Amino acid sequence: MTPGGGVSRWAGAATALLLAACAPEEPSPGAVVDGTPPGQVMADDGGDWHAALPGHAPGRFGFGTPATEDRVALWDIDVKPDGEGLPPGSGSVAEGQAVYELHCLQCHGPTGTEGPNDRLVSPGPWEQWPTGRTVGGYWPYATTLYDYTRKAMPQTTPGILSDDDVYAVVAYVLHLGGLVPADAVMDAASLAAVEMPYRDRFVPDNRTGGPEIR
Amino acid sequence: MPDTEHTRLSRRAWLAASGTAASGLVMTRWDALKAEPPLAPMPVPPPQAAPSAADPTRVPGRFVSELGTRAPGEQPRRLLRTLALSSSSRTPLQDLQGTITPSDLHFERHHAGVPDIVAEEHEVLVHGMVERPMVFRMADLRRYPQTSRICFIECSGNGGGAYNRSRMPTAISPQQLDGLLSTSEWTGVMLSTILREVGVRPGASWILAEGRDAAVMSRSVPLDKAMDDSMLAYGQNGEAIRPEQGYPVRLLLPGWEGNAQVKWLRRIEVSDRPTMTRDETSRYTDPLKDGTSRIFSFVMDAKSLITFPSYPYVLPERGWWEIEGLAWTGRGRITRVEVSTDGGRSWSDAVLQPPVLSKSTVRFRHLWNWDGRETVILSRATDETGYVQPTVQQLWDARGEGTAYHHNHQRAWKVASDGVVTFGLGDLL
Repeated sequence: MTPGGGVSRWAGAATALLLAACAPEEPSPGAVVDGTPPGQVMADDGGDWHAALPGHAPGRFGFGTPATEDRVALWDIDVKPDGEGLPPGSGSVAEGQAVYELHCLQCHGPTGTEGPNDRLVSPGPWEQWPTGRTVGGYWPYATTLYDYTRKAMPQTTPGILSDDDVYAVVAYVLHLGGLVPADAVMDAASLAAVEMPYRDRFVPDNRTGGPEIR
Repeated sequence: MPDTEHTRLSRRAWLAASGTAASGLVMTRWDALKAEPPLAPMPVPPPQAAPSAADPTRVPGRFVSELGTRAPGEQPRRLLRTLALSSSSRTPLQDLQGTITPSDLHFERHHAGVPDIVAEEHEVLVHGMVERPMVFRMADLRRYPQTSRICFIECSGNGGGAYNRSRMPTAISPQQLDGLLSTSEWTGVMLSTILREVGVRPGASWILAEGRDAAVMSRSVPLDKAMDDSMLAYGQNGEAIRPEQGYPVRLLLPGWEGNAQVKWLRRIEVSDRPTMTRDETSRYTDPLKDGTSRIFSFVMDAKSLITFPSYPYVLPERGWWEIEGLAWTGRGRITRVEVSTDGGRSWSDAVLQPPVLSKSTVRFRHLWNWDGRETVILSRATDETGYVQPTVQQLWDARGEGTAYHHNHQRAWKVASDGVVTFGLGDLL
């Protein structure tokens, strides 16, 4: 839906409450309409929870503090699939091998296949490695590897890698999976340009309730 | 019992139970309660007669206490599965009554452990496609109009232990199979209230929710859901939310898979597209038999589970027994639960015990006169959309056997003539 839809729906709910309060046939206090004492009991059907705000609520409460640009920049670390959010810097496959051997090999194995933790590399798509969900055999976006590695890896010392280190180790893991050549250098532009082979096999959820089993 | 988790009892509790005259220790109950804290779990003595020989009507009872404790003989425990920092624990569904999960038994699923967070220092940043980027401290969030709602949270990987045709278990308890399900009364501020405060810009369609744990758990959620019934929850069952459930504040998405309900929430970014984080691409997607993989499969479909009788319980005799269990759906209300006591040949409507709440668990009951012959009992739920809980064969037919989430197929229990109950799905294949 559009945000306008959400806002207008909320506004609609507020308006409905306002109208109810002003309606000439407004029930006397304590009267019950459709089993619901007006203004006292919220619907519990999950369909109108945002009506938690009464009609006389202000447009804004003003609680909280405006976030400065610096403050937003400090925490806004996620990377979008088109590369938005990738930081400056770069790293090569060769540099990434050094980062990998120091920080990653212990959990993911010498070639990204041995474990003991997640397998990173497979020679084919996911149906051949159903327990793998490897980067090259499953992941739809290369940018995810940067986003996740910077946030959560290495697991016992997250945040230890510099932005350049992350670019480098991402380059190395992509190279192990046959996705970039040995002389590749990853930066904001080149990483966003990496095409993952199975991206188009991801489909929206088509379960909608009702009698059909999907 | 599946393992020792159920039979653990702290040394303190054990002393409290046995530290009376019957044990021979010269120790009052008050002394026992003041005893040293436990060093290690101790096994519970086997069931026996009441530990105290004293007639409780002839002995003054304990004093009041600042914090209540469970009866020594009632010690349900979560079942731990520890894989380094990425770990989980499961709710003892077979030990619980009604629908509310005691907060200390709520299931856990963490990807890098439970962070220690001081609420007074915690802040939630809301930014992106908004008119007014804002930082909210907990005191700010609590000042907004609040609401409470009872709803379930279920990990979408729940029940995966009974989906693999070649590894269908028999000796598995409700806790082991489906214990990544819990129900609480959650309290917080509606996310729509906060989004209204910051002013969502036209064109926005998603939010990114990000946690303050060492995994910096991140999930994209459609703005539609954020504006509908999502909550920033800071209360759980009448008190502050537990650290394991996201203290001091988590995202609550009623009816949706647990992973997306980001705990230890520190940031919400309003956007016009999903971020495609690791846990919505590499994980929590559903490979299908046609070679595609379902992405953003948020809603938990209707499901039910008989919690009694179930493995490892043994029915001691034939006669009247009340079959009971839980049913739930992420699409609204459960409208019907049917129970079969003849392996699915015939079905009877179970009683749904009020209240039947939207996106919450409901307890169902069915009185059964067991004739002592071997049989299979099972349940199936129907929700308000008309969706009927499928058989595992129906799910295999629809999806193939490679999906790792959303295993809401019917559960069955085989009751042998000697009363031994085992997970019985194998008999239906």
